Amino acid sequence: MTVSSDIPETESWFHRNQQRIAPWLFLAPGILFFAVYVIAPVFQSFNLSLYEWDGLGEKTYVGMRNYEDLYWEYVDRDAFFTSLKNNVLWLFLYLLAIPAGLFIALFLNQTVRGIRIYKSLFFFPFVISQVVVGLVFTWFYDPTFGLLNTMLGWVGMGPINVLGNENLVTYGIVAAGLWPQTAYCMILYLTGLNAVDPEQIEAGRLDGAKGWSMLWNIILPQLRPATFIAFVVTIIGALRSFDLISIMTQGGPFGSSRVLAYYMFEVALSEYGFRMGYGAAIAVVLFLIMLCFITYFLWSMYREEKGH
Amino acid sequence: MFPKPIEKQSQAAQVAYKSLLPVALAFWLAPLLAVALFSVKPDADFTSGNYWGLPSSFEGAANYGQVFFNSDMPRYLLNSFMITVPTVIGAVALSAMTGFALGIYKFRANLWIFFMFVAGNFVPFQILMVPVRDLTLEMGLYNTKTGLVLFHVAFQTGFCTLFMRNFIRALPFELIEAARVEGVSEWRIFWYVVLPLMKPALAALSVLIFTFIWNDYFWAVVLTQGIESQPVTAGITSFNAQFRAAYHLMSAGSIVAALPPVAMFFLMQKHFIAGLTLGAVK
Repeated sequence: MTVSSDIPETESWFHRNQQRIAPWLFLAPGILFFAVYVIAPVFQSFNLSLYEWDGLGEKTYVGMRNYEDLYWEYVDRDAFFTSLKNNVLWLFLYLLAIPAGLFIALFLNQTVRGIRIYKSLFFFPFVISQVVVGLVFTWFYDPTFGLLNTMLGWVGMGPINVLGNENLVTYGIVAAGLWPQTAYCMILYLTGLNAVDPEQIEAGRLDGAKGWSMLWNIILPQLRPATFIAFVVTIIGALRSFDLISIMTQGGPFGSSRVLAYYMFEVALSEYGFRMGYGAAIAVVLFLIMLCFITYFLWSMYREEKGH
Repeated sequence: MFPKPIEKQSQAAQVAYKSLLPVALAFWLAPLLAVALFSVKPDADFTSGNYWGLPSSFEGAANYGQVFFNSDMPRYLLNSFMITVPTVIGAVALSAMTGFALGIYKFRANLWIFFMFVAGNFVPFQILMVPVRDLTLEMGLYNTKTGLVLFHVAFQTGFCTLFMRNFIRALPFELIEAARVEGVSEWRIFWYVVLPLMKPALAALSVLIFTFIWNDYFWAVVLTQGIESQPVTAGITSFNAQFRAAYHLMSAGSIVAALPPVAMFFLMQKHFIAGLTLGAVK
């Protein structure tokens, strides 16, 4: 490498600054796509929520009126109130996927013959699209022939029309959503359990820890990364709930199973007519709820990065 | 290992555990098994009220034959493939580069750009819906597969960047430094040094994105309309409208629609799970 000493004089500007320019060249296509399709639309939606627009004609500036309308819908316990209430319900009930997933993971964390196939099959619901999950559960709940009512019939109960009952419908849909979500949390915990330090378990055993105290004091702290991811994906999943509602009830009966994500779609693109501005205002509310969580997630990641 | 290995417990406990496993699994998959049973039943069973008994005749071939040869299902499946495969290639290619840039180089904006990708990946779809639909209409790509692919590539780049960057961070940095000392250009370092080491990440991301995109429903409804461009998740509603109350055919259709990601999962299980559980272990 003796020649390299005289190369710098002949090197081009690009060559000399390669390490400063290269990252931006690598980033350019990704940032361009992301900016156009993800970042800019967020701001455009904020802007649009101040207008009234049917998607075709002229936009009319209406200031905060869309938000005032939402406020009145909330006060009058109208569609917006129902959607918001159901979103809160989704958020809390969906979190059940985390303990349920941990429970199944603990159940399956053995080494008996064929256990790998069992693990895969338990994970199976997560791979299926939510559309199919929705269809499967619609039939499962069917009042005339559904498996649920058939089983209730065996013990002399039922029939109940879960999806036709205003008070039950959201619980029914959340249960359908919990099915794949639990599978996801299970796989996270199975991976986590695999990496638990056996020496700490032994030490715990010597200290007399077993069962619950072992799980709580020794296992769970080591599963923290898995729990964090399970928490992130479950919160995001709960607030994104759209597919199941669209397939199973289309927000019904009488709009009682709407959530913000679905209500926004209804207002902007479905039979309620093309009220884009109003839809954008609903989306902004949903975004702001999500933003609380996004900020928390990023804050956690930031601390992690700095810790390294 | 926790809980205590079952082999170290009494004979009775072992037998109980081993017999509980299949029962628990049957319960867990009951809704799905029901649909599988429906899909091989003849139409007559439904009119005579024989929902849960054994099929009076095995009509699996006839039912699935209907789905494949007498419905629009093959077209929807083809659309799904033509949307999913380019998206996988596009998103993985873009994020290999962004992940490389954010994982290797130290510059001031690095962490902020990284967080922009991560945050964008979490936003609710609805806040993007109207502007993205508008943009797609303006580009003349509404109701085309291309319109859908472009959006999917852009959105998935967020998640993929997170994944790639963290993967590259874990590679031995000395390799890159050694290459630089040798005077290898940055592009060649990316292509010849880093990319070959990223094969597991590329495989994991490919199967994950395949599944995510195949299962997408929201954007399919927002950006496409007709049989010429709709993927199978959106098409299945028209399929079900066509075969209203024909539960044996709707069941067979659902199973067909769900199959490709399932096949992908079972074939590439190791990569799939490695992808999903990235970060679950420190």
